[in-house]
Amino acid sequence: MILIVSFLVVAMLAAAVSAYFFKDLLSAVIASCMVSLLAAVLFFFLHAPDVAMAEASIGAALVTAVFVIAIRRTKRYEE
Amino acid sequence: MNETIIIVFLGLIAGGILLSLIRMLIGPTASDRAVAVDTITTTIVGMLVILAFVFDRYIYLDVALVYSLLAFVGLCAIARFMERGF
Amino acid sequence: MELVGVIITGIGVLFLFLGNFGILRLPDVYNRIQAGTKCTTFGTFFTVIGIGIIQPEWFWKCLLIAVFVMFTNPISSHAIARASKKSGIPLCDRSVVDQTREFEEKEEA
Repeated sequence: MILIVSFLVVAMLAAAVSAYFFKDLLSAVIASCMVSLLAAVLFFFLHAPDVAMAEASIGAALVTAVFVIAIRRTKRYEE
Repeated sequence: MNETIIIVFLGLIAGGILLSLIRMLIGPTASDRAVAVDTITTTIVGMLVILAFVFDRYIYLDVALVYSLLAFVGLCAIARFMERGF
Repeated sequence: MELVGVIITGIGVLFLFLGNFGILRLPDVYNRIQAGTKCTTFGTFFTVIGIGIIQPEWFWKCLLIAVFVMFTNPISSHAIARASKKSGIPLCDRSVVDQTREFEEKEEA
């Protein structure tokens, strides 16, 4: 079980670092969505299902929608 | 359902998440990454149900339900943006 | 009864792994959508129903989760496929038929 938790932590770190390096900002939003989804699974492993539900709803749905609206008002590709 | 079978199932699901994560890191366009995140979400719903069985709590099944709904909403926002453009 | 549930869960987990393998292996976006939706919908359905058979008190809630995934997953994959077609991502070189382009040419003629 500890191996699966370690794998999820490493996957979350890889998604976060890739969100820093992407030039296409929509891809960076998708990667940050991935970070919140994996963080929800880690909260589930810590026996905190309510925090996992809040993390999934805010991180995956609300923050993604807000960032997409922000990209729509500005520009998509970073120079 | 003994210990070994659960470890094998969770290991297979974690290996699948690793393969989709590689596609999310190297995918050429944003659509590839969105598809990879969609697949990872559906895979993790199965993983959460197996984990609810391992921890033996009935209330943990709610997390899987909320998880599938909200990832669906986020992906629909991204797809709507890609369709309309600027 | 528990053996039947374990076998059904095993089939579901195997299909989840194969769907993720197809995401890494197939050549372009549309093929990846096909692998990532069909295989994982089938796999999640069987995994959840298998857990519901192992623990019979949980069966109705597991059935609710399975039906929910069966409704939402094709909708999101359809939205992504339509968006990537409209934003102009080409098909791969080995693809044989493109029916949307044929339809558009027939509309223009």
